Formats: sequence, C-alpha cells, structure tokens
Amino acid sequence: MSSPPAIAVDRLVKHYKTATAVAGISFSLAPGSITALLGGNGAGKTTTIAMILGLVEPTEGSVHVLGAAMPRQRQRVLHRINFESPYVEMPRRLTVRQNLKVFAMLYGVADPKGRIAALTDALDLGEFLDRETGKLSSGQRTRVALAKALLNAPEVLLLDEPTASLDPDTADWVRGRLEHYRQERGATILLASHNMLEVERLCERVIIMKKGAIVDDGAPAALLARYGRESLEQVFLDVARGQGEASEAAQ
Amino acid sequence: MTAPALPPAAAFSPRRVAAMVLRYWYLLRSSWPRLIDLIYWPAVQMLMWGFLQLYIGQNNSFFARAGGIFIGAVLLWDILFRGQLGFSLSFLEEMWSRNLANLMISPLRPAEFILALIVMSLTRLAISTIPVALLAIAFFGFNLFGLGLALAAFFVNLLLTSWAIGIFVSGLVMRNGLGAENFAWSIMFIFLPLTCVYYPVSVLPAWLQHVAWALPPTYVFEGMRALLIDHAFRADLMIQAFGLNVVFFAAGALAFLALLKSARRNGSLMQGGE
Repeated sequence: MSSPPAIAVDRLVKHYKTATAVAGISFSLAPGSITALLGGNGAGKTTTIAMILGLVEPTEGSVHVLGAAMPRQRQRVLHRINFESPYVEMPRRLTVRQNLKVFAMLYGVADPKGRIAALTDALDLGEFLDRETGKLSSGQRTRVALAKALLNAPEVLLLDEPTASLDPDTADWVRGRLEHYRQERGATILLASHNMLEVERLCERVIIMKKGAIVDDGAPAALLARYGRESLEQVFLDVARGQGEASEAAQ
Repeated sequence: MTAPALPPAAAFSPRRVAAMVLRYWYLLRSSWPRLIDLIYWPAVQMLMWGFLQLYIGQNNSFFARAGGIFIGAVLLWDILFRGQLGFSLSFLEEMWSRNLANLMISPLRPAEFILALIVMSLTRLAISTIPVALLAIAFFGFNLFGLGLALAAFFVNLLLTSWAIGIFVSGLVMRNGLGAENFAWSIMFIFLPLTCVYYPVSVLPAWLQHVAWALPPTYVFEGMRALLIDHAFRADLMIQAFGLNVVFFAAGALAFLALLKSARRNGSLMQGGE
C-alpha cells in the first residue's frame, strides 16, 4: 500500500477582488519527493505555496499537509513544516544566534543550543553567528534563512525562489545543502522557482503553472521529450509563449 | 485521509510566549535610542504639566488645594497611552522587519502572540513610568506610589483598556498593512478629550457625557480626582471600569481574530508591507 501524500492539493482556487491567482489546480506530492513549481511572474506559485502553508485561505478546494486540512487544522502540523523565501526576512537588528534561538523556541526544538551548533557547522554560519542579521550579505542571509527553515528538521519544506539574488557559486552551494538535507531527512520539498538549472538539478518532478492553472506536470526528462527540447528553459519559454498549447492543439 | 491527532505542540505554550518576549527584549536592549525614547516624552509631559500646576496653584486656591491633579492625570494618561503604544510598537516591529509571515507559519498561536505583546507593554511601561514617577517626587513632591491600593486599581483598569485598543490596532495593521500604522500612534488621542483626563465629566455637553461614561478610563480619571480632591477612594467607579474593560478586551480579541481571518482571505499575511 502506498503511503498517503505529504501534500494533497485538490481543485484549489484563489480569487482576489479583481484577479484569479489560482484557478482550480490539483496535485499531490509523495513523501520524500522533491518537486518544482515552475512558472513566470503571476503564475500563482507563491499563492499556492501560501495556501499550503495556511497563510492564505483558499476560495474553493482544499489543501492537506501531512493529513491536516489547511488552514483550519494548521496547529496540528505547523511544527513539522517550514518555509524559506528571500522575500520574508528575519528581524534585522537581532544577531543570527539570537534569531535562531527565538525560532528554535517557537518550534519547540528540544536542544536549541545543540541544534544551532549543528546547523552552524552544516551551513557555515560560524563567522557571522554573532553579527546582526541585517548587516549580512544576501548570500549570508539566505544561509541564515535556510538554517531557520531547517531548525525543526521539517518533514515538509517549502521554498519560494530559494536562490533568487544569489551569485552562481552561493546558489550552487545552497542547492547542495538542500539535496543533502532531503537525502538525510527524507523530507518532502516543494520549491517555486524561475531558475531552470536549479529545477533540473534538484527536482524529480516539475509542475508548470501559467495564469493560475497547471499547464503541464511530469519528470524533467519526460517534459523535455514531450516538447522536443533539450533544456527546461526552452520548455518554459514554449509554455510562456503558448507554443506548447499550439503544438498540443496541432497534434 | 484522517487528520493527525492534536499534538502537544498545539497546546498553549509558555515557552513560545517566552521566545517572543526574548525576541523583543533582544531588540530593545540593542538600541539605546529606543530606551531613551521610552523616557523622553513622558518626562517632558510631566515637567510641563507639573510647572503649569505650580503656576496655577499660586494664583488659584482650588488648584492649590487639589495638589497634584495635573501631574496625577498626566502620569495616569501616560500609563494608558504608553501601554497601548508599547503593545502596538512590538507588533509593528514584525511588520517593519517583514517577519510576520515567519511567525504565522510557526506554531505560535494568536493567544501566545498577544500575551507576549502584553508582557512587552508592561516592560516598556515600567522602563518609562518608574523614572518619570521618581522625577515627579523630586520636582513637585507628588508621589504616585503614595496612592497605594487606588493606584493598583487605576493601573489595572488603564492597562486593560490600553491592551484592548492595542490588540484591535494590531489586527488593523495586520489586515491592512503598514498603511494603517498611523492608527497605532494616533488612535488613543481620541480618548484624551473623551475620557476627561484633565477635567471632570460634568464639563462635557450632556450628550457627550454618555459617550464618556461608555469608556473605562473616564471612571479612572474621575476616581483620581475624587481621591486627590475629596480624599475618597471610589471603589464603585473602579468596579464599573473593570466591567467595561472586560467587554472592551473581549471585543478587541474578537476583532483581532476576525481581522486575522480576513488577512488570511486577502493574502496580506504574505505581503506584510504597505
């Protein structure tokens, strides 16, 4: 018998006053899988992640995370999930150590000191652990945000453009840490990204969104074959320019 | 698919309250301008009203007899105003630092968040009020602490009102973003004329007196005047204020939860900006 999905999204819709951000999407993610939500600006990726986190209430449809309906039953699972995004910051005037201590307490980490020490080693935070978070470079801040996201060793990790604004070397390093964490913990990871290299390297499944809807879903190799392309970037451009739909219609 | 059972992590957690208090304490102690700012305005106000009272007292026998009503009023007003501001400013720190989404996806519960903000309101108030009350003794011989049990009754009632308003304002800012920040700074000033801080309720037009008596701080300021002018502690006023405060506090908490729900509907928790 297959295990229940870590994340189950069913006919999810989100209308705002004047716009539809998500237009009836459904997917489920197997435990331990790593999946990308791919799409251009305004495709609905961030809203989808926000609904999975319980930050935004769906207009219609449902989201279940580790079996709990979001946002109604969020208190049952919030200690088992976490999130990282360059667009959500941590208090800038607190040092890295202070921020991590506060979040470790919020997540009920049993041994905050030990966990912070372990993450400091794993993510090379040592040289700036006692510096104010606001005085760090964007690469260092991303590492701190990742440390915060891993504090509670989450079973489900959601990432919104985790390497945006990072130089290629730091971005590659962050991807390596994410791969390592997934292998070590067996966590389910869902990441929203514009970065095709990142998606190709990390993800075993890609869900492509456009204008709030899912326009394609499959393994990277299957998508390349389906569109007759050599890279996901070309697939993404086909989808963005509507050529995928055109070729499907022609077929 | 069955939902997971309610884990211990979902129960009210004093540790999470302590985490939030620690977060604000780190912030407060890292910034000497913030600490100075807590004392500066209350001290300026107290000195100004204290000297004005001295001047009026020299020329008017009523004010000479009713020593300390202006200084008492300004100190009690500061408890009301600073109590709300201390609550709202801690909340605003989350908006300014764009940290609200991090908190809202953590296991932190609204009641724990509110309790932490209340603890910080008390902490900020202690930092600002105690030195200024000592200054009032040194400059004008007015001992706020000499009010004893009455001070405790005034204090509890004023703080309950300030937190009720603080909770409501935090909900407004959470729902509407930093565009609503000005409410945090200005909302309490409508209480200044209506709750009759510096004059008796009887001064107001009859229809406005009904409004004044619907606000808990009015009972406290009337009680203060009864104590300083007639030397009588009006327990009845304090009990009525407490009853109204229970209603205010419950309304503030319900409004906060409703605004939180509305913020989840319109996506403002994710934005946290203007």
